[in-house]
Amino acid sequence: MKKELGLLILLVVLCGTVALLNHDFLSAVNLQNTARLIGMYGIFSLGLGFVIITGGIDLSVGSVLALLGVLLSMALTEWRWPAAVAVLFIVLMGVFLGTIHGLFITRVKLQPFIVTLCGLLFYRGLARFISRDETKGFGDASGFKGLQEALTGKIFGVPMPFVFLLFLAAILAVVLHRSVYGRHLLALGRNEEAARYVGIATDRITLSVYVLSGGLAGVAALFVAFYTNSVSPSSHGNFYELYGIAAAVLGGCSLRGGEGSVGGILIGTALLQVLQNLVNLLGIPSSLNFAVMGAVILIGVTLDQLLSKRRKA
Amino acid sequence: MNPSPESDAPLLAMRGITKRFGGVAALTDVSLSVRRGEILALIGENGAGKSTLMKVLGGVHRPDAGELLWEGQPVRIGSVTDASRLGIAFIHQELTVLDNLDVAGNVFLGREPRRNGWLLDRAKMEEVTSGLLVRLGLNVAPTTPVAALSLAQRQMVEIARALSQASRLIIMDEPTASLTPAETDRLLEVTRDLRQAQGVSIIYISHRLGEIVRLADRVTGLRDGKNAGDLTREEISQERMVRLMVGRDILRERSEPVREDLSVRLEVRDLRTRRYPTRTVSFTLRAGEILGFAGLVGAGRTELAEAVFGIAPPLSGEILLDGQPRSIRQPHDAMAAGIALVPEDRRRHGLILSLPIRENITLPSLRDLAAPKSLLGLVNPGEERTVAGEAARRADVRSAAATIEAPATTLSGGNQQKVVLAKWLARQPRVVILDEPTRGVDVGAKAQIYERIRKLAHEENVAIWVISSDMEEVLTLCDRIAVLHEGAITGFLTGSEATEESIMRLAVGQGAQGKNV
Repeated sequence: MKKELGLLILLVVLCGTVALLNHDFLSAVNLQNTARLIGMYGIFSLGLGFVIITGGIDLSVGSVLALLGVLLSMALTEWRWPAAVAVLFIVLMGVFLGTIHGLFITRVKLQPFIVTLCGLLFYRGLARFISRDETKGFGDASGFKGLQEALTGKIFGVPMPFVFLLFLAAILAVVLHRSVYGRHLLALGRNEEAARYVGIATDRITLSVYVLSGGLAGVAALFVAFYTNSVSPSSHGNFYELYGIAAAVLGGCSLRGGEGSVGGILIGTALLQVLQNLVNLLGIPSSLNFAVMGAVILIGVTLDQLLSKRRKA
Repeated sequence: MNPSPESDAPLLAMRGITKRFGGVAALTDVSLSVRRGEILALIGENGAGKSTLMKVLGGVHRPDAGELLWEGQPVRIGSVTDASRLGIAFIHQELTVLDNLDVAGNVFLGREPRRNGWLLDRAKMEEVTSGLLVRLGLNVAPTTPVAALSLAQRQMVEIARALSQASRLIIMDEPTASLTPAETDRLLEVTRDLRQAQGVSIIYISHRLGEIVRLADRVTGLRDGKNAGDLTREEISQERMVRLMVGRDILRERSEPVREDLSVRLEVRDLRTRRYPTRTVSFTLRAGEILGFAGLVGAGRTELAEAVFGIAPPLSGEILLDGQPRSIRQPHDAMAAGIALVPEDRRRHGLILSLPIRENITLPSLRDLAAPKSLLGLVNPGEERTVAGEAARRADVRSAAATIEAPATTLSGGNQQKVVLAKWLARQPRVVILDEPTRGVDVGAKAQIYERIRKLAHEENVAIWVISSDMEEVLTLCDRIAVLHEGAITGFLTGSEATEESIMRLAVGQGAQGKNV
């Protein structure tokens, strides 16, 4: 909890600084856009965070977003599926891919890094192949206006992805911090053998986080595809898994497993987006974008490491 | 046996070695000497101090008192490098050869000859290695991958590595533990040849007394970290060695007479484990009884417990609870049958050290605490605290921080063990398996743990299965003792027939004199 508080203060200070330097930060348009991005990134970052808490990793998220984005466009505009069916299809596809990853990891005992790295390559290639490398879009959304509104609209001025994220985070916070499953997750991440010795079905729990991560990538794919409104199969979702990992780590998840909180992951996601926003608003050349992010994340985790060492001493 | 440090000085003399770990004395005033070209057997029960003494020799532990003389000259051994500079080489019980390298690569591991300062000198490695292999009578090429060798051949590779360091003293720690009889013969032959033809001295550590009779020139016995006496070539016999290791013949007061009227709680029939697939084990455990499993390290006691608890399901055999056959394929099944396991390795398997005491205690019972009351399986923090507090109290956990919210790391070894006990007591188990329940536990906490275990059995009617390498513990705590030797039960002992000597005799696989139950 202390960790989250520190991060929250950091976030507020950062927002304050940006607001002072550029008054556009607090404009409704900018706030809404930032919230929308936080919402979209937060959805899959939470899934990734759960995976990281078990000591695993999921590198496939970005490519899953691309593949499912392409499929979503084709289902709606080419195959003319009803919106509800298309949505269900995309989410279930995400769940399916996550299940495949989880089975390779728990049954074949492959390392998560390898399995999801292969996913990263495979789905990107598949996305480009089935779209013939053409950018897919949603045209004027005729026939699925309602879906478009539900994914890109606002409730009381709050963008839908952000609303959904808050809803999701509330559920996952209870699951992680209050449920038996959540406790087992943290135990498994910290000491898998000890967890097995108390009768926890470690393989089933490991499988479940990859299913969750895949499913949430499916949900995020809906929001991201309608946000960009065009899905370019070779670049859509590129690096998104790394944003997710960065958000989780910045938010207090340890890649060694057994540590992390839903609140932390949310704040980590928000920090990354505000930083991005800062780069744009302060007129820093956008080519420096990645360098700024990399530097800030490195400074953040270094500080955390030094502080936690002092706390122990 | 204390030759003066003149011309006739022994190759190595260790004198008055004392080593303490915290408050525990592992070695007290221990002396040992080896002459040139002599095979000295070092014997003693588990925990008698053999390994600690050898670690002092290898520079792993610094002794608190005592001196080391090498050819009569005082030396200081502060690291493995110091030891190998003197010509001392170690062959460990667990093989340290790497199976991803070939034979020559292993022989020269860490001391690779170089060409031009940075290239591997393969030609030299292979040439020297093949010479060593001929000396050892091992008929394989230096380029053979170690993965393709048998266990005995890998052991020979270790010996070749020791010899390549031009060793004058080789310490072999249980070198035959995993060898077949034929392979053992070959190894003994090579060892004898090392002494005769090459004048190498050997310290041979083994529980297999038969080998020592065949091999050793002299025996030094350790008991409870002290010298227990030496045997000359003429005096060496299995009988005398057993007496040397055990020493006292104390008749013990049994805590409770064995009550034959108790009902059978757990029955194991013809169980085979992965460790000893050719052996079967059968026994019964009654409600309210404390059954001890004695034996040497590696006798298969832990594997047996882990098979019954579902960690490594048995290859075949039956497990019956209260007469009902149970299929146990994973720990969850065993727990559902009311079985609990307090594992041997507390830090790795027993606890999640960084979690609070409370969470460690409730980990196995969380599902039962929460599941029936809400759909999501939410933990009720208040109820969890109550249950954990109650279990901690029952197991007599004494935390310095005086709160069950402190992480388990803050506890002493004894109290950590009580937490492991507490987490199972919270589930009201019917059978409790305790694997080395007081390892690394101080005397005070030990007594408290014994008291708790006795109460569980004799008052709460739980069936208790204790695995222990500590003779005292087995003899004082258990109502009945089963002795295992290489995966098979060699006898059951009760009442006055249970002595350190009778246990040791069965543990080394010598004549079953106990009755079968």
